[in-house]
Amino acid sequence: MSKDPLHHETSSQTVGPFVHIGLYPAVSGIVARSRTYGNQLATTHAYGQRIRVEGQIIDGNGETVRDALLEFWQADGHGRYAHPADPQAESADVGLSGFGRSVTNPDTGTWTLESIKPGAVTDLSQQPMAPHINLALFARGLNIHLHSRIYFDDEVEANALDPVLQHCVPAPRRQTLIARRQETTQDPCVYRFDMVLQGKNETVFFDL
Amino acid sequence: MPTQPETPFLESGFRRRDRSVQPRLLWPEYKSTLNRAPTQSLIPLSPTLSEITGPTFSPQDIHLIDRDLLQNARIDRDPLGERTLLTGRVIDQDGTPLCATRIEIWQANAAGRYQHVSDNYQAPLDPNFSGYGCCLTDESGNYEFLTIRPGPYPFANGANTWRPSHVHFSIFGPAFATRLVTQMYFEGDPLIRDCPMLGSIPDRSAQSRLVAAFDMERSRPFDCLAYRFDLVLRGPKQTHFENRPDGL
Repeated sequence: MSKDPLHHETSSQTVGPFVHIGLYPAVSGIVARSRTYGNQLATTHAYGQRIRVEGQIIDGNGETVRDALLEFWQADGHGRYAHPADPQAESADVGLSGFGRSVTNPDTGTWTLESIKPGAVTDLSQQPMAPHINLALFARGLNIHLHSRIYFDDEVEANALDPVLQHCVPAPRRQTLIARRQETTQDPCVYRFDMVLQGKNETVFFDL
Repeated sequence: MPTQPETPFLESGFRRRDRSVQPRLLWPEYKSTLNRAPTQSLIPLSPTLSEITGPTFSPQDIHLIDRDLLQNARIDRDPLGERTLLTGRVIDQDGTPLCATRIEIWQANAAGRYQHVSDNYQAPLDPNFSGYGCCLTDESGNYEFLTIRPGPYPFANGANTWRPSHVHFSIFGPAFATRLVTQMYFEGDPLIRDCPMLGSIPDRSAQSRLVAAFDMERSRPFDCLAYRFDLVLRGPKQTHFENRPDGL
């Protein structure tokens, strides 16, 4: 059987500082007529615990990054993805978009995400993964986006059995992937997830 | 650095990202990487169900006007600049066309100015041009945008550094693992040679694949010139059956 040579993946380039025009147009005062994606992933009908995740991104000088864009992809409250590769896709919660975006505030550097806490996802290998939100980080100065995951510090047992945390990430760096629940009586409950790009406490980024 | 045990996941998913065609994260010629590129190695992760899934897109979410940047921000006249047709095809590494995948683009106007609060270049804004575009690929993986050719502009990097004319392309593909954002350049632009961002890609032929070819055949008489830019996303991992006789 003859085989055609593989094509090379297209090379990435940085999104630069004006990323909002294309990926978060409202920030640039652009009224897009096509659907855009913001930081509210769940409708009021979505099943699950309401959460708000917020954080900042710290560069190598200790300064907050104020021109970043984050993308989120998460399972519904039962751990199902609305995508054909998930055997449970047909029963995925229509009240959850699953995909969303947030930008760091140009004044404070804080980004926020409002959603429901995802359920534990069973991988195709049948291993359960602790609840987590998948994240891609884009910014000026990042020639290619960075993949990471947000886990939750009140899922101690599930995190201790999570195959990615336990088998892929060296123990001293695991805490960089775990969002901390804030002391608040508010609904939704708030988690803090700061990312550090360089140096001590550098956040784990994955080569998928 | 501790050795990483084998990842426990199925060998499903996507071909490993070939980093030799991807830019280096730390690239001192592009100064913004100095404080932002991670210093620790990326941690290998075989894509799990979380990464082999991703958002899917419906034509109902897309307004057709957003593939025409001459129209989608028009107030009272066409935007100024060289009318330009950008076409291309999106395939995976095996050559399979990727249909109904979302492409988002953004660019400066003909004078090299972005409609963005952070852009303080002295060149003028164009009230009839936003630089935002969006479409889905068709059933053969093809896309098409009508726009104006963006102008070059200076940026704070060296004493006198300029960006070549370029259009930012954001593309999804079938999964979160195939996500890609890049920039498209224009054949013949003399600023390409010294561009520090393009220079961050170690492989020169990979660099040249980001340069859209001038396409006289697709140019429209008395209307616009055309450039062609094809994109390739990661392909699915193959199962190897070579040793099996046919029919089994």
